[in-house]
Amino acid sequence: MAEGGAHSPIEQFEIRSIFPAREHGEAIGALDFTNSSLTMVATLVLISGFLILGMRRGALVPGRMQSLAEMSYEFIAGLISDTVGSEGRRYFPIVFTLFMFILFGNLLGMLPYSFTFTSHIIVTFALAALVFIGVTILAVAKHGMHFFSFFVPPGAPIAMWPLLIPIEVISYLSRPISLSVRLFANMLAGHTLLKVIAGFIGVLGIFGILPFAVIVALTGLEILIAFLQAYVFAILTCLYINDALHLH
Amino acid sequence: MNDDPPLPSLEQLDEKLRAAEAKRRKTKAGPDDGGQGLAFAMRIGVEIVAALIVGVGIGLLLDHWLGTKPWFFLLFFVLGAAAGFMNVFRVVGRLGGQVGYHGAKKPEDDDDKRDEDE
Repeated sequence: MAEGGAHSPIEQFEIRSIFPAREHGEAIGALDFTNSSLTMVATLVLISGFLILGMRRGALVPGRMQSLAEMSYEFIAGLISDTVGSEGRRYFPIVFTLFMFILFGNLLGMLPYSFTFTSHIIVTFALAALVFIGVTILAVAKHGMHFFSFFVPPGAPIAMWPLLIPIEVISYLSRPISLSVRLFANMLAGHTLLKVIAGFIGVLGIFGILPFAVIVALTGLEILIAFLQAYVFAILTCLYINDALHLH
Repeated sequence: MNDDPPLPSLEQLDEKLRAAEAKRRKTKAGPDDGGQGLAFAMRIGVEIVAALIVGVGIGLLLDHWLGTKPWFFLLFFVLGAAAGFMNVFRVVGRLGGQVGYHGAKKPEDDDDKRDEDE
């Protein structure tokens, strides 16, 4: 874009190496440490700090930090017992980890000059693929070959099976894609929109107050979406685990 | 004279209290509903596209593999669209409901579960 301070709204998604794996064409490491990696590490540190500091004292009457930590625990525990039931307790760690990782990643991306790693499809797809493969293995381990009856709609006439089974297989395979695209598209669109509207502020001079007001509102909306997307990811993971445990 | 004011004021208070409670209930339900609705809208928005991507992907792969250029693509495009609509139907069928077949075939579900339990 133009030289004088104007930036492209998608520049924020650019991945830059902080510690590159190659120097002068020579490999000095296995992997690049990028700004994306840095934000992920920061997310992990923040989550660990938040939970460890929050539960440090373990007081009967919780303080602020402890309340927050307990609230997030109970939120996910309630979500699991609502959707999966008591046998879902075993899968609390993975759901909680996913929820916290996505939530903190989204919220960290809301800070100015930071990087939103959930706005990259490869990150969200890796998370979704983890869920999808894990849930499929869980279902096969629990039900064996009976798992494949999952693709046959109960009560459907056999004549319809050649049509219905491909549809069901496609809709099963579309799970990781819809799971990852939903999170990725929301974060990408939201952050691009923020930057595009912010670009109007300087250009409009005194009337820049209007886009500025919109930015304030949008920032609030983005924070809501950050929570919502983490929640949606967690609840869908729970639903998939429920499907895997009970089939239909 | 002194006893008169409290009686109507108590009633008024009651009325006011009820009005305030109703108002609070309304404002409390508002954002909750909005959040849920938004989450719901975001869930179904992507379903069709995702199923289409998978369908088209399978179709193109099969075509590439078997050398039957447009046919599997066309077939799986339609199947993918059907799967997408089915996903949306499933999500809409029961608000916040399951992704499997729970919504459509409730009695069968119970039979299956009972079978498993036995």
